[in-house]
Amino acid sequence: MTRLSSSPATRGGAMRPPGLGWAAPATLFFAVFAIIPLIVMAWLSFTTWSGIGSPAFVGSENWERLVADPAFQQILWITVVITLAAILVQTPISLLLGVWAAGGGRTRAIVSAICFVPLLLSSAAIAVLWRGLLDPNFGIPGELSDLFGGSGNVFASQWSAIIVLTFVSAWQYAPFHTLIFQGGARAIPAVLYQAAEIDGAGKVRQFFSITLPQLRNSLITSLILGVVGSLTTFDTILILTRGGPGGATTNTAYFMYTTGFLSFDFGMGSAAATVLVIAASLISFFLVRSTGYDRMTSEKEGV
Amino acid sequence: MRRGHNYLAGAAAGVWLLIIAIPLYAMVSSSLKTRTDFSNSGPLALPTEPTLQNMLEVIASSFPRYLLNTAIVTVAVVALVVALVVPLAYVVVRNRGRAVSTIFRVFLLGLAIPVQAVAIPVFYLISIAGLYDNLIGVILPTAAFCLPVCTLVLSGAMRDVSPEMYEALALDGGGSFRAFWTLAVPLSRSGIATIVVYSALQAWNGFLFPLVLTQSVDTKTIPLGLFDFQTQFSVNMPALMSAVLLSTIPVLIVYLIARRSLVQGLMGIGGK
Repeated sequence: MTRLSSSPATRGGAMRPPGLGWAAPATLFFAVFAIIPLIVMAWLSFTTWSGIGSPAFVGSENWERLVADPAFQQILWITVVITLAAILVQTPISLLLGVWAAGGGRTRAIVSAICFVPLLLSSAAIAVLWRGLLDPNFGIPGELSDLFGGSGNVFASQWSAIIVLTFVSAWQYAPFHTLIFQGGARAIPAVLYQAAEIDGAGKVRQFFSITLPQLRNSLITSLILGVVGSLTTFDTILILTRGGPGGATTNTAYFMYTTGFLSFDFGMGSAAATVLVIAASLISFFLVRSTGYDRMTSEKEGV
Repeated sequence: MRRGHNYLAGAAAGVWLLIIAIPLYAMVSSSLKTRTDFSNSGPLALPTEPTLQNMLEVIASSFPRYLLNTAIVTVAVVALVVALVVPLAYVVVRNRGRAVSTIFRVFLLGLAIPVQAVAIPVFYLISIAGLYDNLIGVILPTAAFCLPVCTLVLSGAMRDVSPEMYEALALDGGGSFRAFWTLAVPLSRSGIATIVVYSALQAWNGFLFPLVLTQSVDTKTIPLGLFDFQTQFSVNMPALMSAVLLSTIPVLIVYLIARRSLVQGLMGIGGK
């Protein structure tokens, strides 16, 4: 990610640096609408609140119920499966496409421009579109019933519903991750490839020995954003499967929504949301630490 | 960087192009079909007698109202984000103090805060503030969650303004304010364009905040409207596809105009 200091020469200006006042409005605004809500969320998880009146403190009751609930363990498991499936599908596709698109040329530019379109659409539009295309009565599975098997209803079983969610999220998010890899691949010095060619390394060897290691920062950025994004998949599940069939695709974020906004148990919903925030932070922290991402200044130094 | 012919990646890209393009084609083609045509030929065939009837049906619904609401939210979010992020990025680039670097780190950590997680507390705070079912209540948190990415993108762009130019301005007797208006802002125009397009997309496409913070037709935005149409037009697929298509047209127009700044800016996230 971006380094704070670029070059020592920046210090040389005779001008006094702008004061903290320049940062105050954005910082205050962010604190009120993003940081304080996190604190409120943790507090609400120890209360009971139905959306009307004031929350009443109940101690650890929500947490005890949540931990004891076998349904919640199932929900956590589904969250993990949906996240892993999304990452395993979209990361290799984006990596390959990003490196390919970085090559330049007219064809690649046109293909990239078209493949970028899903990134512009709302997740609601994408989910409604796919829900329509995969509709058991009017959609593609009905037409190509041999390919999709028997009923043509891809929303009827847990596994096919999860495959649909994985596919649709790859369709939606691969363009964004492709861009991350494309940016990273463009920054790889051409001299590395020239050296490899002199040494007689083939394309595949070059990919694994130069491209992949050089894309380390891009890969970590993509993984962090991808994991946090898929962990909290919500709009797609609400519109495509409503958490079904029979709760089979209910993940933590969807559970948080139904518990809070549909069953009016905001205390319990907040407990689920807290689990989500803790999981997202731990995973980001673990990814950053285990890869040494935070210590890295620039992998391009000395080239 | 230079890569020769890589047939494997080229073939993969070709397959992915089809996976992206076929559904988009099916959306356009279905929206131009009559209901009989659609139920006879399915979503993939070309329309036999193209019609704009479905579009007109959508336009006759509450869609224009949703469009207006979404436009209001988008303009307000973009204005807020630009007003907040431009000075922030300026101080992040020009002030090397500990306080500013801490603030920058907080915004970077903010990248990992999932919007879904704060839905309940934001609903609570917005209700207390009396802004429930009010577009202002949607605008404020939507703008807040654009800040981390926009700060990252714009401070990257402002860092490219060379220090020598600030030195020259200082010799000329210019202070921070003049440097901001005559150097930082004009020279990071492309970065500002990126955050405008990015925050406009976030606002235009936002789903969760409108879902939990509004309830009436007067405050509904387009993504929420599509969710409603899904029930309303459940047996009228051409009308539903027309609604999806109409909702994406403004975004596609912006993309055609501002593709470069969006793509370049987002690429920077992984490249720096």
